[in-house]
Amino acid sequence: MTIAEAAPRLAKGELKSEKLTEDCLSKIEELNAKLNAFITVTAEDALASARKADKEIAAGRYLGPLHGIPVSLKDLLDQKGLPTTAASSVRRDHVADADAVVTARLRKAGAVFVGKTNLHEFAFGTTSEDSAFGPARNPKDPTRSPGGSSGGSAIAIATGMSLGTVGTDTGGSIRIPAAACGVVGFKPEWGQVSAAGVVPLSRQLDHVGPLAASVTDAWIQYNAMLPGELRVGAQLEPTPVKGLRLGMMSGYLFDRIDADVERVTLAAIESLRKAGATITEVALPHATDMPAIYLHLVFGDAAEYHARTLVSRPQDYTPNVRLRLEMARYVLAEDYIRALRGKAIITSEIDRALDGVDALVLPTLSIPAPPIGAATMPVKGGPDAVRTLMLRCTQPFNLSGHPAISLPSGTTPAGLPIGLQLAGHKGKTPALVQAALAVERLIANAG
Amino acid sequence: MTIADWLAMAKADAEKRGLPELIPALEGLAQATERLRAADWNDDADKDKPKQ
Repeated sequence: MTIAEAAPRLAKGELKSEKLTEDCLSKIEELNAKLNAFITVTAEDALASARKADKEIAAGRYLGPLHGIPVSLKDLLDQKGLPTTAASSVRRDHVADADAVVTARLRKAGAVFVGKTNLHEFAFGTTSEDSAFGPARNPKDPTRSPGGSSGGSAIAIATGMSLGTVGTDTGGSIRIPAAACGVVGFKPEWGQVSAAGVVPLSRQLDHVGPLAASVTDAWIQYNAMLPGELRVGAQLEPTPVKGLRLGMMSGYLFDRIDADVERVTLAAIESLRKAGATITEVALPHATDMPAIYLHLVFGDAAEYHARTLVSRPQDYTPNVRLRLEMARYVLAEDYIRALRGKAIITSEIDRALDGVDALVLPTLSIPAPPIGAATMPVKGGPDAVRTLMLRCTQPFNLSGHPAISLPSGTTPAGLPIGLQLAGHKGKTPALVQAALAVERLIANAG
Repeated sequence: MTIADWLAMAKADAEKRGLPELIPALEGLAQATERLRAADWNDDADKDKPKQ
């Protein structure tokens, strides 16, 4: 059940939050041992919140479409009274003394928190396999990664362990697991949603946003996360596909790609063309510089945050994350500054690519979910490192801060999900979401 | 500092700290840094020097 399906029934009293929450908790009970999606489950608190929501709704105090909805939080966000582990033993004694801003916003909107989800330790990875609580596993094939770093959140949505969830995205960590698990992941424009109360990876690249079962559900959660007056009930209609102007990213962002991802992505774009969308090819002249720019920025920022604990308790990091953080400490200031310059170059090139189109379209992930532990994956042009492939299509919009959304576009013959990504103009998020609604509808009708 | 000098110092430091497993990773970082420094949008102090 989606949030958009549950909300009107909750509002009318046809469905009780307590029942909905019990169903989610049952799913967690049934599947968590196998998939390792949750680090903390707050069953008693969730049921108490659900009963309170039911009473409020019955008394005519309905808050909107998140009221009584079971929601999970990536365990990188503070929830008052609970540990924020960041999937690391480094934070084993931590207890949040206040809600993160986003947690508080969702609480105000009436969300029922069912627990904190597993992730790649400190969000410093794309597979969710390096976690002090063990690897999270893909619900479509538990031998594979669910993507990351918000892997547990994507699993929660894909399996119905929660109807909504919050992730974070520094290089693709909302969109990557969304694509790998077959759900929607929305990275808002940088700075729109507060990251206060969220363990940072790179404050200049970190984004907070929703994962959901549908674009509408992502929009509902996103609206609740925005500052100011609660706008959770704002509704959007899909843009007509006829007349939609899309820029298809070519070159670097399409040249090292799995054959099934390429086939499904091109089929989706062709469906859009047949339905009346205008497709033009666009490229970023300095796209090949992006991995180096990204690496130096994230390394510099992560090294600053972890400098003290790398010295005082290095044994409390998982080995791979510790190794990469140690490596990060060797980035020179002059190269960090070069990367900042590169970030500005990429941002202006994405703005130019968007000139004359409504959104950019490209794969989210250049590969399907990789096997847990895989170092490389085969793609067109020969095998490449999993980490490089996972970040390839998502990191441009972390460097630039443009809003971007991933939605399911098909599967491999083995049933592994494939995601299509749309990136939009800054300051025009509703237009991007309207385009995503149209694409979602078109793909659903084609399927 | 040249990348070669930086890499030599970083490798020696990793050895001294008992982290030899860092060395292949540092070589990868050095390649990324080479790429970054080679980008055509970098500024150089003599870039706008009048041609002789």
